[in-house]
Amino acid sequence: MSQQGYVATPPYSQPQAGMGLSPPHYGHYGDPAPAGAPPGMTKPAGPLGAAPGAVLPQGPPPPGPLPLGQNGAHAQGLLPQRFPAPPPASSAAPAYAQYAPTAPPSYPSPAAASPASQLGAQLQAMHVGGGSGMAPPGQGPPRPPQPAILQPGSQVLPPPPTALNGPGSPPLAPPGHRQGGLPGPAPPSAQLQPPPLPGQSPGSGYAPQQANYGPPMPGPQLAYPGGFPSGPAQMAGPPAPQRKLDPDAVPSPIQVIENDRATRGGQVYITGTRGQVPPLVTTDYVVQDQGNASPRYIRCTTYCFPSTSDMAKQAQVPLAAVITPFASVPPNEGPLYLVNHGETGPVRCNRCKAYMCPFMQFIEGGRRYQCGFCSCVNDVPPFYFQHLDHMGRRLDYHEKPELSLGSYEYVATLDYCRKNKPPSAPAFIFMIDVSYSNVQSGLVKLICEELKTVLERLPKDEQEEASAVRVGFVTYNKALHFFNVKSSLAQPQMLVVTDVGEVFVPLLDGFLVSYQESQPVVHNLLDQIPEMFADSGENETVFAPVVQAGMEALKAAECPGKLFIFHSSLPTAEAPGKLKNRDDKKLINTDKEKTLFQPQSSVYDALARDCVAHGCCVTLFLFPSQYVDVASVGLVPQLTGGTLYKYSKFQVHLDSPQFLSDLRNEVEKKIGFDAIMRVRTSTGFRATDFLGGIYMNNTTDVEMAAVDCDKAVTVEFKHDDKLGEDTGALIQCAVLYTTAGGQRRLRIHNLALSCSSQLAELYRSCETDALVNFFAKSAFKAVLQQPVKLVREILVNQTAHMLACYRKHCASPSAASQLILPDSMKVLPVYMNSLLKSCVLLSRPDVPTDERAFQRQLVMTMGVADSQLFFYPQLLPIHTMDVKSTALPPAVRCSESRLSEDGVFLLANGLSMFLWLGASSPPELVQGIFNVPSLAHVNTYMTSLPEVGSPHARSLRVVMGILQHKRPYSMRLTIVKQREQPEVAFRQLLVEDKGLDGGSSYVDFLCCVHKAVCQLLN
Amino acid sequence: MATYLEFIQQNEERDGVRFSWNVWPSSRLEATRMVVPLACLLTPLKERLDLPPVQYEPVLCSRPTCKAILNPLCQVDYRAKLWACNFCFQRNQFPPAYTGISEVNQPAELMPQFSTIEYVIQRGPQSPLIFLYVVDTCLEEDDLQALKESLQMSLSLLPPDALVGLITFGRMVQVHELSCEGISKSYVFRGTKDLTAKQIQDMLGLTKPAMPMQQARPAQPKEHPFVSSRFLQPVHKIDMNLTDLLGELQRDPWPVTQGKRPLRSTGVALSIAVGLLEGTFPNTGARIMLFTGGPPTQGPGMVVGDELKVPIRSWHDIEKDNARLMKKATKHYEMLANRTAANGHCIDIYACALDQSGLLEMKCCANLTGGYMVMGDSFNTSLFKQTFQRIFSKDFNGDFRMAFGATLEVKTSRELKIAGAIGPCVSLNVKGPCVSENELGVGGTSQWKICGLDPTTTLGIYFEVVNQHNAPIPQGGRGAIQFVTQYQHSSTQRRIRVTTIARNWADAQSQLKHIEAAFDQEAAAVLMARLGVFRAESEEGPDVLRWLDRQLIRLCQKFGQYNKEDATSFRLSESFSLYPQFMFHLRRSPFLQVFNNSPDESSYYRHHFARQDLTQSLIMIQPILYSYSFHGPPEPVLLDSSSILADRILLMDTFFQIVIYLGETIAQWRKAGYQDMPEYENFKHLLQAPLDDAQDILQARFPMPRYIHTEHGGSQARFLLSKVNPSQTHNNLYAWGQESGAPILTDDVSLQVFMDHLKKLAVSSAS
Repeated sequence: MSQQGYVATPPYSQPQAGMGLSPPHYGHYGDPAPAGAPPGMTKPAGPLGAAPGAVLPQGPPPPGPLPLGQNGAHAQGLLPQRFPAPPPASSAAPAYAQYAPTAPPSYPSPAAASPASQLGAQLQAMHVGGGSGMAPPGQGPPRPPQPAILQPGSQVLPPPPTALNGPGSPPLAPPGHRQGGLPGPAPPSAQLQPPPLPGQSPGSGYAPQQANYGPPMPGPQLAYPGGFPSGPAQMAGPPAPQRKLDPDAVPSPIQVIENDRATRGGQVYITGTRGQVPPLVTTDYVVQDQGNASPRYIRCTTYCFPSTSDMAKQAQVPLAAVITPFASVPPNEGPLYLVNHGETGPVRCNRCKAYMCPFMQFIEGGRRYQCGFCSCVNDVPPFYFQHLDHMGRRLDYHEKPELSLGSYEYVATLDYCRKNKPPSAPAFIFMIDVSYSNVQSGLVKLICEELKTVLERLPKDEQEEASAVRVGFVTYNKALHFFNVKSSLAQPQMLVVTDVGEVFVPLLDGFLVSYQESQPVVHNLLDQIPEMFADSGENETVFAPVVQAGMEALKAAECPGKLFIFHSSLPTAEAPGKLKNRDDKKLINTDKEKTLFQPQSSVYDALARDCVAHGCCVTLFLFPSQYVDVASVGLVPQLTGGTLYKYSKFQVHLDSPQFLSDLRNEVEKKIGFDAIMRVRTSTGFRATDFLGGIYMNNTTDVEMAAVDCDKAVTVEFKHDDKLGEDTGALIQCAVLYTTAGGQRRLRIHNLALSCSSQLAELYRSCETDALVNFFAKSAFKAVLQQPVKLVREILVNQTAHMLACYRKHCASPSAASQLILPDSMKVLPVYMNSLLKSCVLLSRPDVPTDERAFQRQLVMTMGVADSQLFFYPQLLPIHTMDVKSTALPPAVRCSESRLSEDGVFLLANGLSMFLWLGASSPPELVQGIFNVPSLAHVNTYMTSLPEVGSPHARSLRVVMGILQHKRPYSMRLTIVKQREQPEVAFRQLLVEDKGLDGGSSYVDFLCCVHKAVCQLLN
Repeated sequence: MATYLEFIQQNEERDGVRFSWNVWPSSRLEATRMVVPLACLLTPLKERLDLPPVQYEPVLCSRPTCKAILNPLCQVDYRAKLWACNFCFQRNQFPPAYTGISEVNQPAELMPQFSTIEYVIQRGPQSPLIFLYVVDTCLEEDDLQALKESLQMSLSLLPPDALVGLITFGRMVQVHELSCEGISKSYVFRGTKDLTAKQIQDMLGLTKPAMPMQQARPAQPKEHPFVSSRFLQPVHKIDMNLTDLLGELQRDPWPVTQGKRPLRSTGVALSIAVGLLEGTFPNTGARIMLFTGGPPTQGPGMVVGDELKVPIRSWHDIEKDNARLMKKATKHYEMLANRTAANGHCIDIYACALDQSGLLEMKCCANLTGGYMVMGDSFNTSLFKQTFQRIFSKDFNGDFRMAFGATLEVKTSRELKIAGAIGPCVSLNVKGPCVSENELGVGGTSQWKICGLDPTTTLGIYFEVVNQHNAPIPQGGRGAIQFVTQYQHSSTQRRIRVTTIARNWADAQSQLKHIEAAFDQEAAAVLMARLGVFRAESEEGPDVLRWLDRQLIRLCQKFGQYNKEDATSFRLSESFSLYPQFMFHLRRSPFLQVFNNSPDESSYYRHHFARQDLTQSLIMIQPILYSYSFHGPPEPVLLDSSSILADRILLMDTFFQIVIYLGETIAQWRKAGYQDMPEYENFKHLLQAPLDDAQDILQARFPMPRYIHTEHGGSQARFLLSKVNPSQTHNNLYAWGQESGAPILTDDVSLQVFMDHLKKLAVSSAS
């Protein structure tokens, strides 16, 4: 615990303090007797806070107005209010609804529990989201306190929330379970439900969360020998009959995912309630906006903030939100409403400048309103005045999205524009490296050909007929070539700028043109480019001047835009930003390793800053055949909100599809330009740290030259003060940006979180995927400054710390030898272990420096769904697939032990896809997929499957399509045969296994964490 | 040989040389007392119909410091096959080729009529002529259109194997790559950044690592210049391309906001043009032709900022030392001009704008390299169009009237030394025994470089007599001067023209009359004027005038006949009689007076004055006035207000302007339409006569003069009124209302007053 924290510095440095303090608390909370109470109390706390605001009144009073009020669009608006409905048709709804009733009674005195409270108590058991480790599923009603006690051993039925028991669990594991990890719906119920569910409240088998794979085990068994001085391996000490933990006994991510799917999949998630934990990112659900932003836009690490900073320090759970302001939403959730407040612009709080939103409380008959963020009382502008109804709500509540929705957009006035002038439509500039190798490899020709069709699909605003985006073209090697493609020209004109030392834009008119108007000239140009440079022997390239030129062009045209740079080699030509090959494997595992992740010169940083200042986003397609210094050249796309694509050893005939699909996606995707994001919070806490593809000039404004649907910013919050449990914690994220059609808008996302003074509440509301996203980003940021070894230690320690704190304060006493995981963090260790094994944090000889820098950068802008897949790849058994169904086959855990020689598996992590063919794969399957008689005939060099009409091939194609869907990067397919050399890369992605070059297995890691926890507790 | 006048004329015809003195005072002391220095106007390439060039190389004196060329003045020993150099007296063997030489079988260079002879050098590579157009695109639409047409037209006039290149500029500078198919390609440079020649060549890709090329094939290097310069291509190859390219040329696209001048990067454009040629074709005849429509407004060489509210510098500003940018800009262009000259290229400036365009700063580019300077109001005028066309005119041999990269070397016999030269040349800094320490004009050298010259290009060359008074020259001794001009003929041949002249020495004390009679007052006036103008470039105007006045007075004192203190007794001999009058008009000329002229105009006038031959120079000093009337054939009349009569038509030629002026009555008649009546056909003829004569002048003149047709009371009549001697002004009304001319509203002194003063001062013993 001696390390300095990186992102989470305060938590790290204070944890000691926190821990030091904890003993007293521990004594206090940890006491088994009262343990029952906390859960009771905490739960209500959430609802209580919400109650006055929204929930309480809604429930009982005439539901009439409410449901109707919902925007017509949301037809299902009714559901939430009907929570009482007994059948948990939509599991979510009841879950949250129950809190409300429970609250009041339980607070004052549990005893006084009215029927309502009973109900509450009963329901507790079935909470999904809320019931973190608390509700032992199977508990019978009679023992309300017990749920809180996370003591596994004692409870006969289901083990602790997630008690990781030492060895010995295997025997009891349900059979289905261990089989090839065929979790499916069946196993869970098998394990957990059946027994516990005795006459309990409606089946609503939420219990699964508990996912105690470790079946009930005898108390003694769990315990490791008291002291765990030694590594996990040794811990198997005395009692353990086996040395190893059974992999099936440890929490399975697959299981968790499947359970969440089973319980919440396909349902409507209504955002009306404060502090409710949304379904997992892997679950399909429909969001209905009732005043809080959809989890697609904002997903938090926890939905219940600790009310004091001391608590936060104690728990060490990062308080963060992963914001994807432009996340793509399914069509049935509809686009955001556009609010226009006329010439005066959006109504905002005078003091904190928060935008009008559902958190504003109207008072004095509607003449004034109190800001929910800073409590300032503001006059309502005359044009905005509206009477209040008897509940103090404006009569137009349902007509105004900004009063009833969590996410919406404002039309920005000139005050929000650069130089107070309406923005011009953005421009795309395509900049192609035409150095010798690119021309020879056919890449230049490929790009030029593809551009002809891609340009037909430039992004546009919803109502527009044609895209307003203008396009420009530049080619370059050691010099830059600009093209004049004005529609009036008979042939394009080429303007060569060789002054790369001080690059400039040689033309204004005719450089950026409307593709529709200039199409013939553009096509003429694209036809000519490959020939024009066919004889060029120029091998050297420049890079920084290229970006500079694009930026200057946009600046001269006074519009925001995006540069598409197709680059392939280390820029060694004499120019600013010239780079030398500094790839040095010897630096690995030294204090200087971090320099591999840092840019070579300050030029790139300054360049990126300029780009951001002028709304110039840079997307870089790299085609390196050797070291190109991704850490340097990649900095620009990262800081400007662009995307970095890397195709190592690109071969036109193999890798074109992947690249072209990326290019198409990159051109088409939804994007906002010249954006500034501001995250406002209610008093008591504030956003302190921002991680992502952003640039920050000061501590509050997040500048992004562009932000697209795949870019997420992770924001960390810190306490300023005490948070009120009744007011909760409010977050408003406002993004000012320019649309593809050249309109200036503000996109607002609001989210209310609950607060609690109970640590248990905090732990119950955690979201592991968001946590991992946060940890990954902060760790990957930290590697720039600190040795990776230290970063890894910090990660392990913080994991241990969180768990230790939980153990100390929330879990009921149990044998010290037991590792107890909060329900919400059950799979945190496996994810953390995967993070620790990522090539960024753990160098491997087969991973080039560039690849590490590339992955580091990639993760920095990832959203939760992408990071989840990235750190826990999806492994699908293809051989068991039902060729008639279009559904994905149930995934299996990422471990070699789940593979079978006679199987075919598909693995995807968002970057690459592997089709693994077992040594004795069924020939008919091989035949079906590859149309070759046997495995030996399969050509592993292909990067796409042959066109075969068999059902196997078809359904495999469908599966691959589903995996690829919505993923920002087109995954490169590698075909791997068991026990052949390329299998190594595949095996690296089996994250539960021990790494080939270091990196512990899941089980080992758990032991290691357990040891650390024990140390902390002692 | 009859008179000196004929002698002088004959010499000019044959050798293109006119001396201020045709008999030379034999000692330094006497020479300085002559006031007007011993000097000559040399027209190195004077057109000679009767001078076929000889196809062999000249024979040089073997003394390394001499190397004079065998000439008719040399003593030849036919038997011993020896010749004595008449400059250093070295005896030289004839080369083997001359073995057949004898009194009756002389090589041309020994014949007296070949005092000027031209040799064609056969060795050495022949390099094509190069024309690099540097075109301003910050022009009005119709101006640009006219310019484009002129340029396109010029392509047909160029020698087919000449290389052409195109650079356009505005805010940026574009070097166009010619011979591109399918796409037009150009290299663009920032207009604000000065680049070294090396950088320019690097950026244009002209400094390719030639290694692979050379290794590849030995044949390659030969063609190298053609291959490497994508920017300069033979006209016949890219004729069509370039025509299209010029056709598509657009105005500078960068927006010019209200109250701003367009950003014009003339300085960088020229720098790039110079750098391009420097790298690719050093020491090859090349002409950079700059077409500009306004002042440079950015980058190095910027003359004025782009704020319209700040006007371009005037003489007033310059006198007040208020011309902030002038010095820096001048320095930039001087540096360019010197580099260009060193490479043997020349720069023409065609500036067409209503306001000034920075000729003052850029003048050295044309002045030092022998380029042309043309100033007009618009490219869409016949003045520009015809002037430009005339550059490509051909002589009777069908050769272009232009020569490149000339070196003029002057050798003198030992009594003389070279003091300097004034003309479109730069010093080559070749010191030698015949170089004087006293400089007049560009001195300190015996060789000059003239990068561009035509058959009328004339230099003033100044000498110093160094013979000491006590070392008399034997009777009949002659001083000799040899002018050796090596140049690249427009046919791309290298040629050497040699002119050797000799004049008699005379003792100024005993033979002053001879010397006096041999005074060439026209040449002297022009040579003195050149000195004056040369000084005016660096000195204050009044100082120069004072200097000129003093010289004139001294001359009159020396050569006038008078009784002391009796002004009325003052007389000048015939050979001096016109000289004071020339000086009078010179004082009033725009070469020395800046009043009413912009700095650009002054530079323009001075530029031409420093390169034209004697006749044209005299016209510039004292314009010619012809009078047309019913009373007889047209006659030259005095350039005097008394010549402006109501029933006359006047034709004035000032070199820069041709003015036709209709007297009051004539104008009324014309208005009444008499010329259209058959019975007044003679009037019609009278009106026509000056027009025809003017046409004749216009045809021959380069640059095309401004043609002004005006009448009594017309606003344009000021051109005439400002030139004539104001013998009648509003101050001396005695002639008012009489038939004898028109009064001029001026306070300038008239010739009469000037002469009176001169006489008074000349006879005064005080001065």
